[in-house]
Amino acid sequence: MISVPTSSRASAARTNPLRRVMTHTITFRILSVITVLGAWEYAGRRPISASFPSFSETFAAGWEMAADGSLSAALMITIVPLVIGITMSAIAGVAAGIYMGLDRRAEWVGVPVFIVMQAAPLAALIPLLVLAYGVGLATKVTVVCIMAVPAIVLNSFKAIRHAPVSLVEMGESFLGSREQVIGKIILPAASPVIFAGLRLGLASGFIGVILAELLISPTGIGDLITYHQSIAEYPKMFAAIAVVILLSVLFMEALERIEITLFRPEKRAQ
Amino acid sequence: MTATVVHAPGFQRSLGTMVSVRSVSKVYPGGVEALNEISLDFPKGQLTTLLGPSGCGKTTLLKIIAGLLPATSGEVMVDGMRVEGPGPERAFVFQDFALLPWATVLRNVAFGLELRGVPVAERESIAEHYIGQVGLKGFEKHYPHALSGGMRQRVGLARALAVKAEVVLMDEPFSAVDEQTRRKFQEDMLELIKNEQKTFIFVTHSIEEAVYVSNRIILLSRRPSRVMRIIEPDMPRGITPDQIRRHPAYLDAVEMIWQALKQYLD
Ligand SMILES: Nc1ncnc2c1ncn2[C@@H]1O[C@H](COP(=O)(O)OP(=O)(O)OP(=O)(O)O)[C@@H](O)[C@H]1O
Ligand SMILES: [Mg+2]
Repeated sequence: MISVPTSSRASAARTNPLRRVMTHTITFRILSVITVLGAWEYAGRRPISASFPSFSETFAAGWEMAADGSLSAALMITIVPLVIGITMSAIAGVAAGIYMGLDRRAEWVGVPVFIVMQAAPLAALIPLLVLAYGVGLATKVTVVCIMAVPAIVLNSFKAIRHAPVSLVEMGESFLGSREQVIGKIILPAASPVIFAGLRLGLASGFIGVILAELLISPTGIGDLITYHQSIAEYPKMFAAIAVVILLSVLFMEALERIEITLFRPEKRAQ
Repeated sequence: MTATVVHAPGFQRSLGTMVSVRSVSKVYPGGVEALNEISLDFPKGQLTTLLGPSGCGKTTLLKIIAGLLPATSGEVMVDGMRVEGPGPERAFVFQDFALLPWATVLRNVAFGLELRGVPVAERESIAEHYIGQVGLKGFEKHYPHALSGGMRQRVGLARALAVKAEVVLMDEPFSAVDEQTRRKFQEDMLELIKNEQKTFIFVTHSIEEAVYVSNRIILLSRRPSRVMRIIEPDMPRGITPDQIRRHPAYLDAVEMIWQALKQYLD
């Protein structure tokens, strides 16, 4: 029988607790947030501009809007079209990308369309959409989709097309059917890039919904931003912007969690 | 004293033939002629090594035998059956390991059986057996990124053994590991081969490795590949690895191959 040196067996690092806390990624994240907020506070107090509030003023303004209910009302208006649009784009976009990655003819027909879509300044289309759909929910959802779909489709496509050849060959040599090779090898191998595409799509979708609210109908978070800007309530305006950023980060984080739970057990183990 | 036997290319051994390559040619799209009318027999239960200059078509030949690549002309017979694609009687050990990074050692080793629809409990118990055979007991729940190159290749070998194929095809399985690991692995492989009674076809760049592990060595010429010579280094078994490496038969065979391949260096 064969033996492997036991020294290479992984042994849990038994370092002292303080050291563990100091080297943990959460610690670094908190430190980085504190640094950014500190710099914001400093810049706001100097002040670098009369319309630039400090972090504490912004936080207080945000608290006030949360307390009087205007924030949650606006959030609901913004989140509904965003979630609908992103869900639709994710399902249709990933499916289309995977299909084009597996089928050459679909690639020839489809990929150029999405490359054009990605390159075009789609914000310019928004007035047209208003003509077609009015200023309601449908328009916002459409804007989110138009913004989010190209990144999702093209990344899914690339992810499938660049699935490692040697793994596919391995699956074939061990007699995997085409379905097994796709399901057990190509899709899991493609998942990191597909999810990277979803994150990009999500970020673009966010831009889309805010843009729609700024350009088309002053509603939701977009309205909070424009309204408070127009009455020079800068802390409230910045609070609304900060909420958008926070929301975007939370969505990203949720996506990453989904990815790791579904496809990447080896990252969970780390 | 044992002697090293040299045969002309046309030589056929009386021992049962497991894999037979019959005038196989391969021209890649784009016109690269990798193999030209190559004919070879691989005897049952033996380890045959393909040795030749880089780019001469060793991987190409191995993949044609594996059924992963179609030959332009000619045919390959495995145990009397014509090769039309991959088959259950052949298993491949890949040069770059080809392990699923998202699967544990256990699932990777059992993956060939998983694709064949073997129930979980059964395939995992088979996989555990072979994980033990290649010396990775205790690593079942590890992921490939946590293993060294040598250990990853052991996983690849265990996966090939677990499907109980009669022919194991190995493409430079040791090229990605360091010299010490390589030697240890070579010794382990000799041990495994003794127990497994399979036909091994092995590709390597290393003359020493070829002589050390093989029953017969096929020297290939430069592209388009032809069989230049067949050498059977009849190494005495049952002596220590160090004794083998100092044995006259070993040194003779190494020297002979070196002389034959030297002409391709320029
Ligand atoms: N997919 C391909 N398309 C075109 N030419 C190829 C392809 N694969 C290999 N070749 C060519 O065929 C020849 C043989 O390649 P092969 O990989 O079989 O060589 P090899 O003997 O395994 O080399 P090495 O020892 O470097 O691994 C090379 O000249 C290579 O450039
Ligand atoms: Mg090769």
